Amino acid sequence: MSSLVEIIRHAKAEGDPELMATAYPYAVYLGLQMSTIEDELHCSMPFDEKLVGNPLLPAIHGGVVGAFLESVALVTLIWELDIEQLPKTIDISIDYLRSAGPKTTWAKAVLTKRGRRVANVRVEAWQDNPLKPVAAAHGNFLTG
Amino acid sequence: MSVFEGADFFAFATRFVEAIPHVKELGISVVTAAPGTAVIKLPYREDLIGNPDTGVLHGGVITTLIDTVCGFAAFSDVGDGFALATLDLRIDYLKPATPKLDLLAEGHTYKITKNIVFVRATAYHSDPQDPIANCVCTFMRGTKGVEFVNSASKMNSQS
Repeated sequence: MSSLVEIIRHAKAEGDPELMATAYPYAVYLGLQMSTIEDELHCSMPFDEKLVGNPLLPAIHGGVVGAFLESVALVTLIWELDIEQLPKTIDISIDYLRSAGPKTTWAKAVLTKRGRRVANVRVEAWQDNPLKPVAAAHGNFLTG
Repeated sequence: MSVFEGADFFAFATRFVEAIPHVKELGISVVTAAPGTAVIKLPYREDLIGNPDTGVLHGGVITTLIDTVCGFAAFSDVGDGFALATLDLRIDYLKPATPKLDLLAEGHTYKITKNIVFVRATAYHSDPQDPIANCVCTFMRGTKGVEFVNSASKMNSQS
């Protein structure tokens, strides 16, 4: 595997975020998918049995939902900012709003503020209806 | 009184962890457990790496480890057998994990109210005083699912 910087540089040059979906092993493990629709980044995580946290409901593990939100925030930062290194998560706060069922989860991150060294990102995840998010998060990321 | 009174908490925590498919799949195991607290361990795995250049695990894996240990701490402390739902979870990343080392997480409850359980947790390699991540989280009490009441009473009858 080439270095992360090379993969990110290549994905941005090609304008193809899908190339970042295999940039690091944990993205492959989660099965992250990325695409652009009208220049907007769309990220999703198809359901997989190995991601289940509560087999009775069933529901995706809260840790996985949190990991997905954090991943989408990171990928969005890389995609939107003129940076090639992976930003470092300083902190992330996750609100669990509904249980995430056995289906594809989508997420969208918004860069709320970009400072010289720190970026603040808000991100929401949903399944069927973007107006009924399953989880939301906000975090600070070191980008400088 | 806790329905888990007199139970073997190490066995109880191991059952709790193994009942969660994703946690079992990650190979997470119990190190120590007592009512309201536990230490669990995630073995280092290359497929969980977040940065291939450094080999450091992705922060999201730490979220799963911490959510799990906090869930057990809360569930074992409330002691009514009813399921809990994570309301929110905040993690501060203090330093990167070291590649190739197992990751441990310790969680403990510090307040239980009628509706909410408050839990703190840290993730570390070998020294809890040198944490990789610090976490606070809250759980909602009495959500769907009462399966563990039965498993706990079974454990009591065994002990």
